[in-house]
Amino acid sequence: MKLKNALVAVSALVSVAATAAYAETLTIATVNNGDMIRMQGLTDDFTEKTGHEVEWVTLEENVLRQRVTQDIATQGGQFDIMTIGMYEAPIWASNDWLVALDDLSEDYDADDILPAMRDGLSYEGTLYAAPFYGESSMIMYRTDLMEAAGLEMPDAPTWDFVKEAAIAMTDKDNEIYGVCLRGKAGWGENMAFLTAMSNSFGARWFDEDWNAQFDSEAWANTLTFYLDLMEQAGPPGASTNGFNENLALFQQGKCGMWIDATVAASFVTNPDDSTVADKVDFALAPDMGKGPRGNWLWAWALAIPAGTEKEGAAKEFIEWATSKEYIELVAENEGWANVPPGARTSLYENENYKDIPFAQMTLDSINSANPLQPTVDPVPYQGVQFVAIPEFAGIGTQVGQEFSAALAGQQTAEEALEKAQALTTDEMEAAGY
Amino acid sequence: MARAVTTQRKTINTIFAWAVGLLIFFPILWTILTSFKTEATAIADPPVFLFFDWTLENYAVVQERSNYMRFLWNSVIIAGGSTILGVIIAVPAAWSMAFVPSKRTKDILLWMLSTKMLPAVGVLYPIYLLFIKLGILDTRVGLVVVMMLINLPIIVWMLYTYFKEIPGEILEAARMDGASLREEIIHVLTPMAVPGIASTILLNFILAWNEAFWTLNLTAAKAAPLTAFIASYSSPEGLFYAKLSAASVMAIAPILVMGWFSQKQLVRGLTFGAVK
Repeated sequence: MKLKNALVAVSALVSVAATAAYAETLTIATVNNGDMIRMQGLTDDFTEKTGHEVEWVTLEENVLRQRVTQDIATQGGQFDIMTIGMYEAPIWASNDWLVALDDLSEDYDADDILPAMRDGLSYEGTLYAAPFYGESSMIMYRTDLMEAAGLEMPDAPTWDFVKEAAIAMTDKDNEIYGVCLRGKAGWGENMAFLTAMSNSFGARWFDEDWNAQFDSEAWANTLTFYLDLMEQAGPPGASTNGFNENLALFQQGKCGMWIDATVAASFVTNPDDSTVADKVDFALAPDMGKGPRGNWLWAWALAIPAGTEKEGAAKEFIEWATSKEYIELVAENEGWANVPPGARTSLYENENYKDIPFAQMTLDSINSANPLQPTVDPVPYQGVQFVAIPEFAGIGTQVGQEFSAALAGQQTAEEALEKAQALTTDEMEAAGY
Repeated sequence: MARAVTTQRKTINTIFAWAVGLLIFFPILWTILTSFKTEATAIADPPVFLFFDWTLENYAVVQERSNYMRFLWNSVIIAGGSTILGVIIAVPAAWSMAFVPSKRTKDILLWMLSTKMLPAVGVLYPIYLLFIKLGILDTRVGLVVVMMLINLPIIVWMLYTYFKEIPGEILEAARMDGASLREEIIHVLTPMAVPGIASTILLNFILAWNEAFWTLNLTAAKAAPLTAFIASYSSPEGLFYAKLSAASVMAIAPILVMGWFSQKQLVRGLTFGAVK
């Protein structure tokens, strides 16, 4: 009996010592948004289960992108887990900067990840970043203004209908504008919207030989339509409007329609912040009958930089944060409306989640985007609202500045497209394409 | 009659000075007011100035979400350490330039100042790689050294200007009484230049406190100061202006209080050399 007790005591001690020796402190870089902040508040659950501590570095999206890129490119090793987007995932994976997530446990159920998200975060078929939440873009519109205009929004409208409805809803004397769209320059700002829109018009950034395509008729149609729509039915000063500016306008009842990230649905339907919370409905982003719709696809995902000494603990964290159990944990603590959307198929099969008014439209929007074949004509790149090559961030922002200048009335659509074609051609040649 | 004109002019000058002062202070005042609003009121159009339901909720949220004291302590160490280290190095440098100038002193001073004209991002990667090699990324020691180097030209320039106002004969007298160089600087020069050194310390402490490029790029979780604390509340996808304002007020409050109590020294520091 004494021997048995002694053995139990020794094995308990060994177990405690092993746990203590294994316990790590993970440093995680992340963005400042509601879902990520909620995860930070629930980290104690992870620590209780694994013994690992977590230190958070929360940064604004653009600062985060610059910081993590700088760190991973120089092998600074400041972060054990990085929050990255769909743009970075395939580029970094091709540089061997990320740890492949192909050995996650069976309980994790990697096959439950939405196919569009999985494709966008994979490189050559291997997953390199696990989606924490995903989003697409869709139309959010005012039901009262639509009714007053005598129109009915279809679930899947065309751009022509959107234009007709926007003009009908506009009442500039009362500061009501039919449509609010991004105009602020930047590859993740106006170019995210315009690139997705151009896909539905049959345009593409590059042909299969990496030749710039801004001199195509499809791009001319896209930009002319956008500028004309904004002139007739957009708010003043739209060339400086991004997500936040349009969100503020919509919440104050000044937009008839807003085409932007699906994540905005929870903001505009929140009665604490939105004056029109009970007058909002949703529809798929418009199309031109050519196949692709004008919606994008994005995910904030968790990835492990290659070379980290804490790979095992980092994988444990990723499995915890992007698991089905985590979604249930959030639902239990914060309600189903606050669970991270757009990452797992099972969430949309959950009866509790089906009651959320924008859940189905978010799923439909995500499913209607194809990151591997985003355009009508074939392209040599991956990405719906971006081109997943390192040069795109710089080129996209420069082209965005030209298009934003056209929206501000400083140049015509033709001039903006000519400049976009020239600068894109120059940059791509310089990069050796 | 002449007296009436002077009074009128004085009044106009006073009103003008207050108007300019308020204009400069307005962004800070607006930030303070916004920090007491709800997120909905913060973006209200037309903007609400004073008549809204004041709330402390944003401060409670920020307090709950972030370890404010850790960021504050890092700021104090980085700003204080870099300023003190800078002064220790700059005093002998400024002494030599002020009292034993060479033909090249003016050129050296200008060259030192010219390093401030280089955009910081131009040397980001060399310094980042150096920090990796030395193992001082995300450490307060690393930040103290970098901030000291950044502000050193300003500290040297300020001290040089103060030292130039001190008559060289006094130092000569100390030397004739047998004072060594070290004694001359510590026991004669430094006490005479205390007001100048104090205003230099204050100004550079504020500059180091507010510096947001290096402190954001060279820190992660351990050595991040209050600039990183503010940056963590900025978001391009979500209207969190009230919380961002609360975080900003919490970050600037210590330096605002310090600045208020040391206005005279600060003004002297900022106007050095302007009035002889």
